[in-house]
Amino acid sequence: MASAAANHEAHPAGLKRWLFTTNHKDIGTMYLLFSLLMFFVAGSFAMVIRAELFSPGMQIVQPYFFNELTTMHGLVMIFGAIMPGFVGFANWLIPMMIGAPDMALPRLNNWSFWILPFAFTLMLSSFFMPGGAPGTGWTMYAPLSIQAGIGMDFVIFSIHLLGISSVLGAINIIVTILNMRAPGMTLMKMPMFVWTWLITAFLLVAVMPVLAGTVTMVLMDRHFGTHFFDAAGGGDPVLYQHLFWFFGHPEVYIMILPAFGIISQIIPTFSRKPLFGYESMVYATASIAFLSFIVWGHHMFTVGMPAPAEMFFMYSTMLIAVPTGVKIFNWVATMWRGSLSFETPMLFAIGFLVMFTIGGLSGLMLAIVPADFQYHNTYFVVAHFHYVLFSGAAMAMMGGCYYWLPKWTGHMYNETLGKWHFWLTTIFFNVTFFPMHFLGLAGMPRRIPDYALQFTDLNRVASIGAFGLGLTQLLWVYVVYQTVKGGKKAASKVWDGAEGLEWTLTSPPPYHSFATAPVIE
Amino acid sequence: MSLSFRNEKSSGLLTVARARFAAAMALLLGAGPASAGIRWNFQTPVTPIARQIYHLQDLMFGVCVVIFVIVFGVMFYSIFAHRKSKGHKPATFHQSTTIEVIWTVIPFLILVAVAVPATATLLKMENTSDSALTVRVTGYQWKWHYDYPAQGIGFFSDLSTPVAQIENQEPKNRHYLLQVDHPLVLPVGEKIRFQITAKDVIHSWWVPSFGVKTDAIPGFVNQSWAEIDVPGTYRGQCTELCGMGHAFMPVVVKAVSQADFKKWVAAQKALMVASAAGDNTTWTEADLLSHGKAVFAANCSACHQINGQGIAGTFPPLSAGKPFSAAPAMLQKLRHRGFLTAGGHVVMGPVKNHLRIVLHGIAGTPMPSFSGQLSNADIAAVVTYERNAFGNHTGDVIQPAQVAVLR
Repeated sequence: MASAAANHEAHPAGLKRWLFTTNHKDIGTMYLLFSLLMFFVAGSFAMVIRAELFSPGMQIVQPYFFNELTTMHGLVMIFGAIMPGFVGFANWLIPMMIGAPDMALPRLNNWSFWILPFAFTLMLSSFFMPGGAPGTGWTMYAPLSIQAGIGMDFVIFSIHLLGISSVLGAINIIVTILNMRAPGMTLMKMPMFVWTWLITAFLLVAVMPVLAGTVTMVLMDRHFGTHFFDAAGGGDPVLYQHLFWFFGHPEVYIMILPAFGIISQIIPTFSRKPLFGYESMVYATASIAFLSFIVWGHHMFTVGMPAPAEMFFMYSTMLIAVPTGVKIFNWVATMWRGSLSFETPMLFAIGFLVMFTIGGLSGLMLAIVPADFQYHNTYFVVAHFHYVLFSGAAMAMMGGCYYWLPKWTGHMYNETLGKWHFWLTTIFFNVTFFPMHFLGLAGMPRRIPDYALQFTDLNRVASIGAFGLGLTQLLWVYVVYQTVKGGKKAASKVWDGAEGLEWTLTSPPPYHSFATAPVIE
Repeated sequence: MSLSFRNEKSSGLLTVARARFAAAMALLLGAGPASAGIRWNFQTPVTPIARQIYHLQDLMFGVCVVIFVIVFGVMFYSIFAHRKSKGHKPATFHQSTTIEVIWTVIPFLILVAVAVPATATLLKMENTSDSALTVRVTGYQWKWHYDYPAQGIGFFSDLSTPVAQIENQEPKNRHYLLQVDHPLVLPVGEKIRFQITAKDVIHSWWVPSFGVKTDAIPGFVNQSWAEIDVPGTYRGQCTELCGMGHAFMPVVVKAVSQADFKKWVAAQKALMVASAAGDNTTWTEADLLSHGKAVFAANCSACHQINGQGIAGTFPPLSAGKPFSAAPAMLQKLRHRGFLTAGGHVVMGPVKNHLRIVLHGIAGTPMPSFSGQLSNADIAAVVTYERNAFGNHTGDVIQPAQVAVLR
């Protein structure tokens, strides 16, 4: 018995361990570290963008290279930092939360991860191609993407690879959740994080193939004589946008639903009170996912849609505010009359709540079609989606990182530095992105390397904020490094208010946990 | 009614928030004198639609601020009163159907209330019928073309900010990047319909003060309209990423009285007659070179660069002996027209093919057709210039008549 247990723990050491591993914890770690690396790569592009925009006039880069940077900042943040980050959390946590020994398809899991480094090598190598990386924005609108250099083809192939990786990862998550729950863990007893990921996984399976098909059509138009998007050949440039946003809007929720899940774990723990309205949270998440398929037109109100179509997309978009509001209200109600304490994860959760709501409310403003005609493609939109993607998705991951890091590493992180990280991130984030609302209202278009003089002051403020925000993230890396290396031993139940199976395991958990399924009454 | 009340109430909040933000900003910038110039809202509207949009935006902002204050007022009260450090014991409730129904229904009703004015404005925006004047707007990489079909006038509108200002070699003027050589001229007080399209990639034509932003899409003609109340100059920009020069294709509109508009139309017609005469005369080499230089700067320099060196790997250089790399398809097309030696150097090819490339473009590459944009005299001048500038000394002099036969 003892020797059997020891054999379970055995695994190759060194590089081979990471190359060949089928262990959900190892793969989760690799996803998280990869995501962190990509966060810095894409973040460094943003630093160059903000340096260029510090003053009017062309400063440090050429206009075309600026476009390459905005494109790659978007693509790498979305596909390299946020999506793999959440998959990392899913890998680490879903088996431990549902009492499963591992993911259902461990070899597939290994492959899903190892596709990523190759995909991003392809994508980033486009910088060194003749003509450079695509300067089309992450949306890659045709016909501009038909015009781009050979770097575009590299990006298209890397998107194919990323799609394969995401779809396989999503299938793995669905199969794991539906088949490997411990006895007694009914669907309506699952932690919210597991629920949000189950729904996210269905979104991924539904829309990643749409993106793959769309970029393949671009590839065909570029090289094989088709005219899907070429008006001169009988094609339709607007078709591209419909297809892209049919993927693109659910993609937005792919990036935010797991964040909702993380926040729904953190807030009850530090409120020492169960999540308010668990069932309505599940239904709200499912309704958001459903609505995400019928609102794509709100990204393209200015393409000349007929008024009835604009009205449909306006009303359906506004409707999303209802389930999203339910979630916000439920989180606040969870805190209400709790016994609150404010460790770093809770700070990030509260920061998420406030700033994500700002992004949600500006999203509601964007849904109003006549006003959207003024906001569309201005910095108002840039401000809006950074409030939902940075202070939403990314800060939820930071909170989640502090929340589970002691569980993962067996060490407590440095609370003081964690709090510094939170406050500096929050302050610099708002200094960077809040002024962008006003830049957009005043008429500054997005994706421009140079701007008129009246936009100078606010751009300067935003750039200063961005440099601070970028530097602050180095502090995060330092805290994580310090925690991995050592520190105060963490108990099994790291937080006194925490509920869930992962807290019944030791910190760090054994290499193979729940080899015998726990029983949930 | 209740909504407009909220709006007024919140605009007070808004003012306070703005004042605070401005103060914080002034601190950050070392109380910079320029902070007086920061705009916190849309540009001043000068059409009925833009005014309605302005009010919609204020209404929405007000509603959002009120919701935000209420929700987070509750949360921050909780953070203040229900903290563990104060010894607050947690309650155990985790459900209440009543309150969940309430906070589902109330937001829904608020949404219905704001959807009503939004829909009304939208339907007005979309009604382009009964216009007094039609203007066709066409987006090109990277400039706008304006056509008045009933008046028979058409012209390009190009950025007029000097490159030296963009490159920080000269101080920037007040309307840096928002100035053009030929603004769109429109009369005030009548309904003007815009028909918007594009020749190459998608652009978007935006005049913030008119509340008009419409995508210019190849193969589509989109419509929108404006009725301008106040004479003046209104400035906007292209708002759809359209490549390298996206930041450098502003929209400038001069709104004038109806009498002045008639005078302007007459003057434009006279100019067009004069320009057509240029196609029928024989030019001197010096005139061709000086006109060609101007045509090159306005039409070719964005890609091929003002020094003719191009951009390695993307846009071919025009000077002899400069090596050039590109996709095989592009190289093949150039070689086919006699423009590349085996070593990959661009040299001056046959005059006829040179003219054909400028006239018709090279299909499948970013090189556009200029036959619709430039007169025969313009093309003769610019090709003469290209073949004698940048270290090219072919001595070729091309006359408009040579261009006319290739059209």
